[in-house]
Amino acid sequence: MAVKLSNVSKKYGKEFSLKNVSLTFETGKIYGLLGPNGSGKSTTLKMIAGLVYPNSGKVEVGNEEVSRKISKNVAYLTELDMFYPGFTVANMVDYYATQFTDFDSVKAEELLKEMKLEREKKIKQLSKGTRGRLKLVLALSRNAPVLLLDEPFSGLDPMVRDSIVKSLLSYINFDLQTMIIATHEIDEIEPLLDEAIVIFHGNIIGQKNVEELREEEGLSVLDWFKDTAKNMEAKMNG
Amino acid sequence: MTKEFQASKPIYIQIADHLSSQIVRGEIRPGEKLPSVREMAIVSGVNPNTVQRTYSEMERMGIVETKRGQGTFVTQNEEIVDSLKTQLQREIIDRFVQSMRGLGLSEEDITEGLKQYLRGEQDGR
Repeated sequence: MAVKLSNVSKKYGKEFSLKNVSLTFETGKIYGLLGPNGSGKSTTLKMIAGLVYPNSGKVEVGNEEVSRKISKNVAYLTELDMFYPGFTVANMVDYYATQFTDFDSVKAEELLKEMKLEREKKIKQLSKGTRGRLKLVLALSRNAPVLLLDEPFSGLDPMVRDSIVKSLLSYINFDLQTMIIATHEIDEIEPLLDEAIVIFHGNIIGQKNVEELREEEGLSVLDWFKDTAKNMEAKMNG
Repeated sequence: MTKEFQASKPIYIQIADHLSSQIVRGEIRPGEKLPSVREMAIVSGVNPNTVQRTYSEMERMGIVETKRGQGTFVTQNEEIVDSLKTQLQREIIDRFVQSMRGLGLSEEDITEGLKQYLRGEQDGR
């Protein structure tokens, strides 16, 4: 399902978190939303998820203007912990199944196995990395047309990252789903991406097709990101 | 086994190069079926659209053929495999010679250096 932001601005107090942002995300593609901490990545995802509203401009998922109810079409992996510590892994999966009609319990079981999560373990007994894997299981088990992942790799070791990349590839439905990954860990996800978007102080300062970037400019996403960010810094200081 | 990719070269080409050398070495036989786009994407840890592009590019070069509903197969045409081998060989020599010239070595130096190296490699066994 396509996602569209048109001239979106969001202020927290006097500070702009997003400034007149327009973006389109197409079905069947994986997007990387890249930027340093505090650049507006999370705000963008929260707006698509209907958790934050813009001060001006319009956010649409499918052809529907986003409200709280958009959670029916949008699966959102937050960077925060959102678990009840007393729940077991199995409780959490069951809870999710009651909240979302598109929750696929068969897929959830497969993912639990792949991510080596034990059903009977209590959330409070899990390490940060294990909780990160559980969040991913819950997000990927939904057959939602839009998948938003906010820093899915934070706190995970390299081996786990590899297996997560594989799970992402195995479980996305490229005919129906759009995936947006916000991260500052660019190296990990570069080969996964169709398009990379650089966001800096609430401004979109670049959007590129990853393979075209390599083909036409001989740059990896990381190289390009560094160049773009450096130019931006120079402009702001000059 | 997620592969590491070079920064400056398109990923679809790097995958095509890898498959081509496997075909030339005979690790993938003429007529053999390649993994599906999805399988290949998962094994390499890359976007399926990238693998799709790899397969299209290799099809354009005549190295593989896509049969509707069946998948992608390595060509049975040995001439194509042979010319692929020649081409890969040329590319490697090209890079080698470029780097040697970059060091300011003459044609004689290069051939002599190579001969010595190969001899040394034999003696080493």
